[in-house]
Amino acid sequence: MIELAGVGKKFPNSTVALEGISTSIAAGEFVALLGPSGCGKSTLLRLLAGLESPSEGEIAWPGGAPAAGEIGFVFQDATLMPWATAAENVYLPLRLRGKSRADTKSTVQSALRQVGLADFASAKPASLSGGMKMRVSIARALVSEPKLLLMDEPFAALDEFTRFKLQADLREVWQRSGKTIVFVTHSIYEAAYLATRVLVMSPRPGRVAADVTSHVADGPERRMAGDYTAFVRQLTETLREVMPL
Amino acid sequence: MSWVERVAPVAFGVLGIALWQLAVWGLQVPVYVLPGPVAIVNAYAGDFDVLNAALVSTLTVTFAALLVSTVLGVALALAMAASNLARAAIQPWAVILQVTPVVAIAPLIIIWVNQPFMALVVCATIVAFFPVLSNTAAGLAATPVDLLDLFRLNGASRWQTLMLLRLPAALPYFLAGLRISGTLALVGAVVAEFVAGSGGFASGLAYRILEAGYRLEIPRMFAALVLLALAGMAIYGALGLFAHVLLRRRDAA
Repeated sequence: MIELAGVGKKFPNSTVALEGISTSIAAGEFVALLGPSGCGKSTLLRLLAGLESPSEGEIAWPGGAPAAGEIGFVFQDATLMPWATAAENVYLPLRLRGKSRADTKSTVQSALRQVGLADFASAKPASLSGGMKMRVSIARALVSEPKLLLMDEPFAALDEFTRFKLQADLREVWQRSGKTIVFVTHSIYEAAYLATRVLVMSPRPGRVAADVTSHVADGPERRMAGDYTAFVRQLTETLREVMPL
Repeated sequence: MSWVERVAPVAFGVLGIALWQLAVWGLQVPVYVLPGPVAIVNAYAGDFDVLNAALVSTLTVTFAALLVSTVLGVALALAMAASNLARAAIQPWAVILQVTPVVAIAPLIIIWVNQPFMALVVCATIVAFFPVLSNTAAGLAATPVDLLDLFRLNGASRWQTLMLLRLPAALPYFLAGLRISGTLALVGAVVAEFVAGSGGFASGLAYRILEAGYRLEIPRMFAALVLLALAGMAIYGALGLFAHVLLRRRDAA
């Protein structure tokens, strides 16, 4: 789906955020970008979204580059419009593409149902918890049926219980929809639980230091499974090699 | 805020007024030096129609200037947000107008603008428009970057970004600026009326203050001053309440 060849990013202040990133992401994969803070994970995500341009190398879309609205993006904060209801926030991507509120009412409702917020359509962000706001943000990213979902540490600011629940819900959404997801995180446990493949990044300038495929079996007890624990250990060792403590 | 904290400023004011009256009586201060509150109320009652007409005149200039300031301030802020060239061109002139004392340029404006009401509105607008301009410009510039990125990702046009994101995001900033501009419009109107009044143009409370000063009618002068202070407080309070209700209705669940 996406081919990156020697992609690098240097900012005008001469900071080299990324260097020589070459990898590919297949349709339907759940890829986690794992690495310490400041290693360029978010920059790589912004390059994939087209919000930044690479200073070197090339990002190719063999199946055709996504059009506006075909990439869903979930930010670290929920970034909702505080003056709009949950439903209006979710409707936003459709509205920007000229679709009427009446025609898309059931689509918006279905996106909210998908994240467990069907009863909160008319609630404003001020009355929602942090976890609920993030669910609205995910529903907004899903509503336009994007080919690619990019998520930038979306659960980092949430409490442990909410994070576990949202991680499980996200896995379910991914399994049901078969979307391609690229998920930035600095949590080894999160990457091991969510992803089918983990790209471990080195400290600045960010490079793909290791490309690790998950063999953790699916199931309700995924977090407790022995192969999950082994995968966490493998990622921890890989990170230790990349960034000696 | 407890009820004691709410009542405290009123009680303090009543106490101050009572002490003032007692001091004037007790020390037998001449009314042309310092009239007591009772004399001021009597002066207001005795000149009720004239002072109220003057208040209406001052408020008309104030609200006209506030309206013009709002339209002008928002329009210039939008131009500055849309183009760096416009920002570079407008900003220094807006600051120059803001820092130039209106009392110094009011005589010129009153000469240049033939129609007295318009001249007063122009003077008051020069004083009042800057907070709306600077606050709205700050609000438009402070749009959350992630939301701007989200709009970009979804192919939003500049118009959509402005109407659906930047203007709503700037609303609290604009309302804070409007509140300051409201009271400044009154100050500007009074300064302009003073200048115009010195030139013989009878209008508004400032003219009545000048007139009372010339005639040594000090209680009447104080009555006009009190009306001005109350009008300023009412404008500030009303605009604050308007902003509070509007933002609460908009953002509350």
